[in-house]
Amino acid sequence: MHEMSIAQSLVKIVREEMAKNQVESLIKVTVCCGRINAVVPDALHMAFEALTRDTPLQGAELDIVHVPLRLACGQCGSHFEPEDGADTVFFHFPCPACGQDIGHEVVQGRELHVESIEAE
Amino acid sequence: MEIPVVRKILESNENTAEQLQAIFAEKGILVLNLMSSPGAGKTSLLVRTLSDLKDELSMAVIEGDLQTSNDAERIAATGARTLQINTEGACHLDSAMVLESLKYLDLEDLDILFIENVGNLVCPAAFKVGEDWKITLLSLPEGDDKPEKYPTMFAESRVLLLNKIDLLPHLEFDRERARKGALTINRALTIFEVSAATGQGLKAWYDWLRQEVLNKKSR
Repeated sequence: MHEMSIAQSLVKIVREEMAKNQVESLIKVTVCCGRINAVVPDALHMAFEALTRDTPLQGAELDIVHVPLRLACGQCGSHFEPEDGADTVFFHFPCPACGQDIGHEVVQGRELHVESIEAE
Repeated sequence: MEIPVVRKILESNENTAEQLQAIFAEKGILVLNLMSSPGAGKTSLLVRTLSDLKDELSMAVIEGDLQTSNDAERIAATGARTLQINTEGACHLDSAMVLESLKYLDLEDLDILFIENVGNLVCPAAFKVGEDWKITLLSLPEGDDKPEKYPTMFAESRVLLLNKIDLLPHLEFDRERARKGALTINRALTIFEVSAATGQGLKAWYDWLRQEVLNKKSR
């Protein structure tokens, strides 16, 4: 449940950017969210809605763009994107090039940033 | 109109964390952010570590809990400098809380500052608190599939302590599965199998601490 803290920081950034660009009404904010940063989209939506109620940001769309996990193989170094498992288990990631299944490095999937805002 | 932003959402936490790192670097203090589920044995491990190493290293602890000072009292009984942060419901410590707490903690002549995070296997991993390394404890009763189910914390850590290893004969815990699950997405992870209760395996953990203290002071 750290989504509330994340939503607070998000709202702060949106407000700063709106002031900087002299816009008053927020239509949409786009957030990039990596696969392994443990943010639950529903919880983030709920927190964002709660924090923007009765403010000029109320009713704005929160668009969460999921950034897939991308690994560099621990043996041969080639980059690959493992498929998400059907359930929550998130485990066996053999490299498609050489078959190595442990010791990979995360090269993408930790992202958590505001990509853009749409406002007027 | 569309306005490109591209700002990290947790930038303000990360800026404060950098400020903390500068403070700790200037004083040469090794800072370790200790994370786990509730009940994995963070406090027991610290009590044992502080007691066993008190004659050779100067250590302090910042304790994070939702409520109570129970853990801080256990830590303080070892003689180590201790400070309790009650997060009043927040599920993790953040760098602003740690910065605030430094007003009340004497950092002079310290070798190691342990920051014992709120017991939670998810949220604390997202918030830097000025640490050199994140350390995750996983206790055997929690199950060998936890690194697979909660990969973030294991991906962010430098050390994994498999605690309560003395219970291995009594549990269906596949240590290879746990190790493999954790190493899959973190090649840099060092794993120690320990028991804070019996002392098993702690020598390797202590040697790691000693080496990291030296590394920090020579930086």
